Amino acid sequence: MLPVSYYVGLSAVLFAIGALGVLIRRNAIIIFMSIELMLNAANLAFVAFARVHEALSGQIFVFFVITVAAAEVAVGLALIVAIFRNKQSIDVDQMSSLKG
Amino acid sequence: MLLSEIATSGPDFFYLAPWVVFFPVIGLLINMIFGGRLGEKAVGGIASTASGLTFVVAVLLLISLRTHHEGATVLLAEWISIGELQLDWAFRVDTLSTTMMLVVGGVGTLIHIYAIGYMHEDVRYKNDPGRFRRFFAFLNLFIAAMMILVTGDNYLMLFVGWEGVGLCSFLLIGFWYEMDTLAQASTANAMAAKKAFITNRVGDFGFLIAGMIMFWAFKSVQFDTVFEAAHHVAEHNPGVILAITLFMLLGVAGKSAQIPLYVWLPDAMAGPTPVSALIHAATMVTAGVYLVARSAPLYTLVPQAQFIVAIVGGATALFAATIAVGQYDIKRVLAYSTISQLGFMVAAVGMGAFVAGMFHLVTHAFFKALLFLSAGSVILGVERGHHHAAHGHHHDDHAHEHNEVFDPGDMRNMGGIRKRMPLTFWVYIIGSLALAGIFPLAGFWSKDEILAEALSLNFTVYILLAVAAFFTAFYMGRQVWMVFFGEPKHEAAEQAEESPPVMTVPLMVLAALSILGGALNLPGLGTFTHWIEHTYEKFHLHLHHGEFNITVAITSTVLALLAIGLSWVLYGRKAVTQDQPDPLKRILGPVFVGMENKWWVDELYWAVILNPYIALARFTADVIDWRFWHDWFHDKVIAGTFQWVSRTLLDRWFDQRGIDGFANGLADSTKELAQWLRGIQTGFVRNYALSVFIGVVVILGYLILQ
Repeated sequence: MLPVSYYVGLSAVLFAIGALGVLIRRNAIIIFMSIELMLNAANLAFVAFARVHEALSGQIFVFFVITVAAAEVAVGLALIVAIFRNKQSIDVDQMSSLKG
Repeated sequence: MLLSEIATSGPDFFYLAPWVVFFPVIGLLINMIFGGRLGEKAVGGIASTASGLTFVVAVLLLISLRTHHEGATVLLAEWISIGELQLDWAFRVDTLSTTMMLVVGGVGTLIHIYAIGYMHEDVRYKNDPGRFRRFFAFLNLFIAAMMILVTGDNYLMLFVGWEGVGLCSFLLIGFWYEMDTLAQASTANAMAAKKAFITNRVGDFGFLIAGMIMFWAFKSVQFDTVFEAAHHVAEHNPGVILAITLFMLLGVAGKSAQIPLYVWLPDAMAGPTPVSALIHAATMVTAGVYLVARSAPLYTLVPQAQFIVAIVGGATALFAATIAVGQYDIKRVLAYSTISQLGFMVAAVGMGAFVAGMFHLVTHAFFKALLFLSAGSVILGVERGHHHAAHGHHHDDHAHEHNEVFDPGDMRNMGGIRKRMPLTFWVYIIGSLALAGIFPLAGFWSKDEILAEALSLNFTVYILLAVAAFFTAFYMGRQVWMVFFGEPKHEAAEQAEESPPVMTVPLMVLAALSILGGALNLPGLGTFTHWIEHTYEKFHLHLHHGEFNITVAITSTVLALLAIGLSWVLYGRKAVTQDQPDPLKRILGPVFVGMENKWWVDELYWAVILNPYIALARFTADVIDWRFWHDWFHDKVIAGTFQWVSRTLLDRWFDQRGIDGFANGLADSTKELAQWLRGIQTGFVRNYALSVFIGVVVILGYLILQ
């Protein structure tokens, strides 16, 4: 069996990629997918630690996270549709009317 | 006082003395409060009763003094007590003050009664019956003030009365303040009142200075204290007494109308005739004479002052008599005659002949009041005649009569009044002869006593007075011929009517007094001399006893008869009308023009004092006050400095830069901070995400590294 550090390292890499995606991409869908990536990186870390500690709470947490992520997707996609209707674009840089 | 003492020494009514002031004050108050609801008769009656009661009190004091020669001092109230200064309102009852009280109360009451009749018509001719009450209130006020003057026990109380009578004089001269003597709208009467008041102020100033020097030298202004210390002060410091007496002379000149301050008295005739009689002939103007007589213990210490007083009196007597010769107004002649007669009295008291001066004061009060009141009767009679005449011409000559201003006091409008007003004529003759000094009327005795004293004391004054006496007889003769004899020169005189009994009865009483007044001090008896001496013997004052001088008496009588004869030659044979010049003018020429124009003294005063004074007043008002103080000092210096301080210093520097700077700076820096902070809000989601990310990293880093 692979040592747990491999899973944690993969989780960290995935999280970093997701965070980087959120910060540098402008397409709302891509940003959304990056967020999902970060959530799943967290899920991976939960599962890995649950396995190591032989505790089920980590796995249960993952179910919650997946549920919340599903809700978030529903809300987020609705927002993206609303933005598109307004701006004919899903470029988040267009959404800067709150600029100071 | 025990009953037995009363039995032996006679009654003592001295405690009644304050009532000589209280009665007129009560009368005045009643008339002021209730007079509006009372009729003219009641108002006049109350005022006359008040005045009459003061006379009764004076008579009671006289009775008391017959047994208690030394008199008494009745303390009414303590007035001022500051350090060494102790002043009381005390009534001094002695023979001198009681003489004045009798004259003021007696003549005053007769004039009050006369005034009921006179003012009844006067207020109707001048269309203001409401003023009747005011007149009597003023008259009672005058009596009260005059009584304070004569009863005062110190110079300050005397001064209170002195100022009080001055005020009444002002109020009554300006009684018809909105018109002139011919009832035409004008400020003439008001000007005359002001002239009297201001001229008197000059004299009062002298009196005040005298009083201050006196307090400085004697530490008191109480009569007895001052007189007892006078010898002592005179030995060490005679200049002080001289200064006091001479400054007092200035006050005397103002009140008793002597050179150089006599100019107000002729103009004072603007007042109603009873006022001229009471205040400006019989009583108030004699206050100066009384003051000198009262201050006898001071005057007798300084012969230089006595000499100056005597010369001033003598010169005034002659000077005023010459002016009286050239006047045409019946009251104006009497006014100058009053000045002249006051000159006689001042000369007498100046020479040290205090008894003769006081004697002439008393007799003069009788016959001059008589003359003025008769003149008032004549004027009203002519006025009535004028109204009759105007009424008679009502239809054919209406416009003419109303345009013409008729002067009922001009002697050239009169003539022949003897037949129209016989009673007035006879009393006038008595008054004139008394004034001219014809035997055996009152004026003869008193004037000859003065002349006899002058012959032995001061020959210069004797000559002045003798010539003045000649003129006196002449101008009185001229007046009588012009007014009462010959043919009427105006239809008003032709239809003149006699006055009612309320006026003529007081005239008859005064006429009787003018005839019998001389009996007060007949040569050989000397009743009045002994009477007055009681006042002076306390101070061991040696009074000069003038003996009756038959030469003087004959000389003056001959002079008077000569003057009356001369006046008949000039005025008795031919009427003087307004169109032709005075007969005397043809003889005397420019001298008469001088007499007619009062020797241009008023004009001289205007040129020397009034015009420069007015110019100075204009200068101080316009240049000093307005341009310097107002325009320059107030506007430029004070207001300018204030505006510079407020605008430049406070507004621009302190307020705008300091306070506004702080508040605006706070706002500006807040704005700048906000400007800078706004830059953070880029509106790019990733920027926000980055800051969240950094924040998380920092917090986690902190937690981990902790």
